[in-house]
Amino acid sequence: MMAIPACAALALLVPRARFLPDDASLGRFGILVSGATLLVGLSAVTAFDFSDASRAQLSVNRTWESSIGLRFHLGVDGISLPLVVLTALLTFLCFVYTYRHPPAGGRLRLLTALLLVLEIGMLGTFVALDLILFFVFFEVVLLPMFAVILIWGGADRRAAATKFILYTLLGSGLLLAGMLLIAVNAGTLDMTELARRHGAGVSHGVQIAGFLLMMLGFGVKAPMWPLHTWLPDAHTEAPTVGSVLLAGVLLKMGTYGLVRIAVPSAPDGARSCATALGLLAVIGIVYGALACLAQTDLKRMIAYSSVGHMGFVLLGIATLTPVGLNAALFGNIAHGLITGLLFFLAGSIKDRYGTGDLARIGGGMLGTAPRLASFLTFASVASLGLPGLAGFWGEMLALLGAYKPDAGLSRPAFVTFMAFGGIGAVLTAAYFLRLLSKITHGRPRADAAEAAAVAAPTVYEYAAWVPLVALTLLVGLWPKTLLAVTSEPVRALFGGLG
Amino acid sequence: MIQGIDYAAIAPPLLCAVAAVLVLLADAFDVPRRWLGAVTCLFLGGALVAVGVLAAGDRRATFCVPSGLRGGGPRSCSYVADDFTLLFQGLVLAAAIIVVLLSLRTIVEDDLPAGEYHFLLLSAIVGALALVAARDLVTLVVALETLSLPVFALVGLRRRDGAAAEAALKLFLVSVVSTAVMLFGISLLYGVTGAMHLDRLSAGLRSVPSDLKPVAAVGAVLVLAGFAFKVAAVPFHFWAPDVYQGAPLPVAAFLSVVSKAAGFAGLAIIAGLGMPSLGHVWGPVIAVLAAATMTLGNLMALRQRTAIRLLAWSSVAQSGYMLAPLAVGERRLPEAVAATVAYVALYAVMNLGAFAVVVGVQKAGSPHVPLDGFRGLARRDPVSGTALAFFLICLAGLPPGVMGLFAKVVVFRAAVAGNVTWLAVVMAVNTVLGLYYYLAWAARVFAASASDEGTTRPGLAVRAAIAATGAGALVLSVAPQLVLSAVAAAT
Repeated sequence: MMAIPACAALALLVPRARFLPDDASLGRFGILVSGATLLVGLSAVTAFDFSDASRAQLSVNRTWESSIGLRFHLGVDGISLPLVVLTALLTFLCFVYTYRHPPAGGRLRLLTALLLVLEIGMLGTFVALDLILFFVFFEVVLLPMFAVILIWGGADRRAAATKFILYTLLGSGLLLAGMLLIAVNAGTLDMTELARRHGAGVSHGVQIAGFLLMMLGFGVKAPMWPLHTWLPDAHTEAPTVGSVLLAGVLLKMGTYGLVRIAVPSAPDGARSCATALGLLAVIGIVYGALACLAQTDLKRMIAYSSVGHMGFVLLGIATLTPVGLNAALFGNIAHGLITGLLFFLAGSIKDRYGTGDLARIGGGMLGTAPRLASFLTFASVASLGLPGLAGFWGEMLALLGAYKPDAGLSRPAFVTFMAFGGIGAVLTAAYFLRLLSKITHGRPRADAAEAAAVAAPTVYEYAAWVPLVALTLLVGLWPKTLLAVTSEPVRALFGGLG
Repeated sequence: MIQGIDYAAIAPPLLCAVAAVLVLLADAFDVPRRWLGAVTCLFLGGALVAVGVLAAGDRRATFCVPSGLRGGGPRSCSYVADDFTLLFQGLVLAAAIIVVLLSLRTIVEDDLPAGEYHFLLLSAIVGALALVAARDLVTLVVALETLSLPVFALVGLRRRDGAAAEAALKLFLVSVVSTAVMLFGISLLYGVTGAMHLDRLSAGLRSVPSDLKPVAAVGAVLVLAGFAFKVAAVPFHFWAPDVYQGAPLPVAAFLSVVSKAAGFAGLAIIAGLGMPSLGHVWGPVIAVLAAATMTLGNLMALRQRTAIRLLAWSSVAQSGYMLAPLAVGERRLPEAVAATVAYVALYAVMNLGAFAVVVGVQKAGSPHVPLDGFRGLARRDPVSGTALAFFLICLAGLPPGVMGLFAKVVVFRAAVAGNVTWLAVVMAVNTVLGLYYYLAWAARVFAASASDEGTTRPGLAVRAAIAATGAGALVLSVAPQLVLSAVAAAT
């Protein structure tokens, strides 16, 4: 059986051929291809056997390079399926958005090609079941994202792009060393096999070293405090589509890797490092929230809020309990949906006002641009974790997991983490409310003539936003849709820990 | 007693030697310069075919110790054409053909004596071919010198250039010193074991009396030092940048690929076949050398402003990655040797490609192209520009340069498997340093051009070289297993 996403990825190699004459047809082509990928992703959902979600399904497994035991092994299970769909959806929405709102800088053909390569890398990362293959896909996203930031970014794009690629490459190097350390000692590169063994046959010291290296490697991507400093710059300077994919998908590759590779293949190492991971996660939560309070730029603020949200995800992972890991996976998806939406909105606001500076945008957006402001309010409220919306469950479950961490971990430490995480959640509410009070409410700026000219959202913007809003509501009101898929494979991961 | 010689086994170096003499004679009779290059290419191609034929057949060995003199020892042969040898001979010959292609225009523009140039190049290639097949210490040294001596002259061939003379002298002095050191090491090893053939040496070192062990260890380290010079490892690296800069560009390419590949082959042969039992001695030494080499090379490369010096320092850094797998010592040695060989093979393709583009961009008689000279190359000359960017990204080891990524993966894997994880972490940091300058260069290629001066169009031969290396890089990026499997089978 061929893996459907692999077909999609191969199909995406086609558009590099130079056969589309003008930008409009190019945009339509991008929508078409990514839409087809989304359909394939959705059909994967229908073909997926939900009663057996812990098994890797729709898989393809071929020998690639026998001398180093490398296999071309792809497949999806309950952990990766939601992320695959999220990736396909966000890429599709990015193309829809770009069709009418191309970033300044032209060269749309290149942008389309880069976004498609990016999609291959992201999908590949989530479906790869071989460590080396995973690493290859993990690296595939770097250069296209670098180019996207470098060519279509804001004023300081060069520095931001360089910082992004240097940081993430350092992470990749450490990650590679860590993964190989475990793989060589365990004698296999196959991720399902590694997960099944639960680290059997790998000595305690090797597990600690391996997990630590992988934690640092994925931590750069996630991003984990204090390795996050590339993120605000990259998010702020990147064009809208770049920020959306960066926040919506690329960050998830880090946490996904932790759940998929690091924790199952080195459970002993995970147990030893979990407290440190939890501590860094909580620092990230509080730090991200405090940093947000101090920001004056809309995109920068959202970027720092990502640090905080991913802190919750990391905290969930650090608990090493099924509840915590479910929270992490849930938080991943929720953050992808909500922050993706926020960045779309930030991009639209920046287009209209010509600035992302909160003070210069001024207040009263609900009066001048009621629809845009309503969307922004919705996204902010979802992001701060209002019950009933997607953001709530991830944070709540993560804190719940921290209240009762894995038996091998120090409970007082995690309860403290939980308390500080709670404070972080309150701070999150504080800065989003501050954001709303500053720009949606209040008085419009004095030069109201200009403010009145704020255009209503276009059809294409609606098309990009509405699916995200709908999914945020769906997942928030009915979290079982997602938890049902993830919980079984998560339990399977814990065969060795429980 | 007359020894039989298996002429088929030694066909590749023999063909090159014949070609060298032919070219020298032809030059004496005023044959046009273009023909000399053609003859050289023809013979190198012939040698390559011979390698292919040999690879299809059985393992051959010649210059063996006659059975009457063996005394119950192993069947020691001085020249062995096994898969490992043939792999390297193929690599050396293919790279040499590219170097000859690159040379054609340089010879005309720099007014180099064509006959001597091709003669010296072929002689050095004979040395490289013999080196990778040598299985005793004397043959190794003689082959190494056959490889080195013509290179001094090649470097200094631009006679009116002071920098070239200085470079040649520098190379000569460092080389002589390192040969002396190596010979001293060999004499110690011989004194301890009484053996010159590697198989006997290996057996002898396993049964060294304990009071002689320190002597054997010192001998081993000194022998390695000789090869460390050849591959430009720290602290024997400092000839590299000046020599690359002073030498004609194709000669620099030769040094950084052919000469280095032969040096690594020699290192792998002597460490893997000759003294595996001393792995606990030379393993850590190589580990430290590798870490120092890659770090220093990368740090210095960050500061370079001309393409050739950047390539020089980056090739020092790349030597560090190639050394790293050998740091494992005796544990999992075949795997480590395979990793080194794979890296050398992949590196040869990408580095030659980068050199080819630099040769194409370089103008005759003008100073070396600064990195800013590559601005807008992708617009002026899309093929060269894209190819250069691709080679650089391969060297940095990022997709779409999958071949570079796989090269790094096998090296990491070997280092981690041999329990030198700290070296893997050093490599991880170094990869980032390397990426910075490769990427900065690649970004310049696509940047808007500062001036609209027309560049020189690379000639047909250089274009062919770029196309060949580019095609190689593309194929290996799609299917890196080609090299990896071949290497795994050969070691």
